[in-house]
Amino acid sequence: MPLKEETISKATLTRKTVIAFACFFLFLGACIFSWKWLHRQPAEAGALKPLRKVLNFNEKLFSNLVSDRHLAKTFPLPAAAPRVRVNGDAGLGGAVDTANYKLQVVRKPGDTLFIGMNEIKALPKTELVFDFKCIEGWSQVTHWGGVSFREFAKKYNLDWQVHQKYTGLQTPDKGYYVGIDNQSMLHPQTMLCYEMNGKPLPLNQGFPLRLIIPVKYGIKHLKRIGTIFFSNDKPRDYWFERGYDYFSGL
Amino acid sequence: MGNRVIIKKHSLAIRWFHWINFPILAIMIWSGLLIYWANDVYRLGWGNTTVLKFFPTSFYKALNIPFRLAEGMSLHFVFMWIFAINGLLYFLYLLFSKEYKLIFPHKKALKEAGQVILHDLHIKRGLPPQKKYNAAQRIAYTGVIFLGIGALLTGFAIYKPVQLYWLCALLGGYEWARAEHFIITILFTLFFLVHIIQVLLAGWNNFRGMVTGFEVKKTNDIEIPNPNNLLPEP
Repeated sequence: MPLKEETISKATLTRKTVIAFACFFLFLGACIFSWKWLHRQPAEAGALKPLRKVLNFNEKLFSNLVSDRHLAKTFPLPAAAPRVRVNGDAGLGGAVDTANYKLQVVRKPGDTLFIGMNEIKALPKTELVFDFKCIEGWSQVTHWGGVSFREFAKKYNLDWQVHQKYTGLQTPDKGYYVGIDNQSMLHPQTMLCYEMNGKPLPLNQGFPLRLIIPVKYGIKHLKRIGTIFFSNDKPRDYWFERGYDYFSGL
Repeated sequence: MGNRVIIKKHSLAIRWFHWINFPILAIMIWSGLLIYWANDVYRLGWGNTTVLKFFPTSFYKALNIPFRLAEGMSLHFVFMWIFAINGLLYFLYLLFSKEYKLIFPHKKALKEAGQVILHDLHIKRGLPPQKKYNAAQRIAYTGVIFLGIGALLTGFAIYKPVQLYWLCALLGGYEWARAEHFIITILFTLFFLVHIIQVLLAGWNNFRGMVTGFEVKKTNDIEIPNPNNLLPEP
């Protein structure tokens, strides 16, 4: 495929060059204008509105991939880090009343279950060693124990509730809160977790009960669950409000 | 004589792919930096010796990079679509227009690339005959296509490591895929620097070609031969 040649008059050459460069500068101008336009748009939950729209589209696209067959890779027990990284303490401000701790599950407004740790620990226990991934970009293989959320929902007859689109979780002091799509909540590896490295959770890891949800970044693994509720609208979400992707799925 | 001979070098499609990719790649690298800052673990060195840290604090400060992770992610996961679609269309175009024959390295490419480099460094005179691109260009431009493919694969592997677990595993796992994604970005940047220098050295006629599509043939210039006549078709 040789390069073609053509003989043209000097005037034609000038005309072609001028037109091409006019288009070129128009294109560059359009790029700069679009970039500036984008940054003039209002923010929606901390992200520029057009970007937020695409992130929501990404959520629709990639939440379809969430399935029982796509599991986070698991590791043998010795791979788990003995010293687990602690990255945030939002919502862990107040003291916990361990003796009287009850997990609150709002079945519907005005109908709340209060579930003690003994009842939760009486449910079948699962353990998981997986690569915990922080949205900052680091990851760490860690070992967790608790009850699968799917089992928990079955035991407490939350069938109707988990068929709504989202689950909301918040800390007892309401200082930290997340919203999670129910495909991900019902993923077989999602658990209400009360053990780390075979021992009760440390305070800074969410004692007495936290969420472990391997199909999400760490920001969704809420520590010290106070209340769980269900909704068809997106529950408020701490990091979403600060510009991050709502879905944050892996 | 009022007439000029032009050599039609870059098709309209190629020029669009090229110039769309330029700002998009810039945005991807920029937003990538905003993301990388939040866990900037890579360095060149051994043991406790660090030759080059990615990146020095002064670098972050000068570009106002710190604490913009959310912004970086929102940009990255939007513009990735344009980068991917433009790259895919470019790749398909190369295949269907047979233009890849002018870009992918030919048999003697390695040897010839050495000659090109010696020539460019003013060590040796004379260039092997070429069609659209010389051997060094062929290798560089094909390499950068692979960088694009690699950026997409490693990028998706760290974006959805659970859903695309097979891709992540194929690339050596999550941490490796992230490192590979970073290395690819560095290579993109190095390519860009060399590319800019070469374009500056090659001069106006060559640069104009990427905008207008054609180069003007200089009749008394033996340095730019007519690619039609030089090589017999294989």
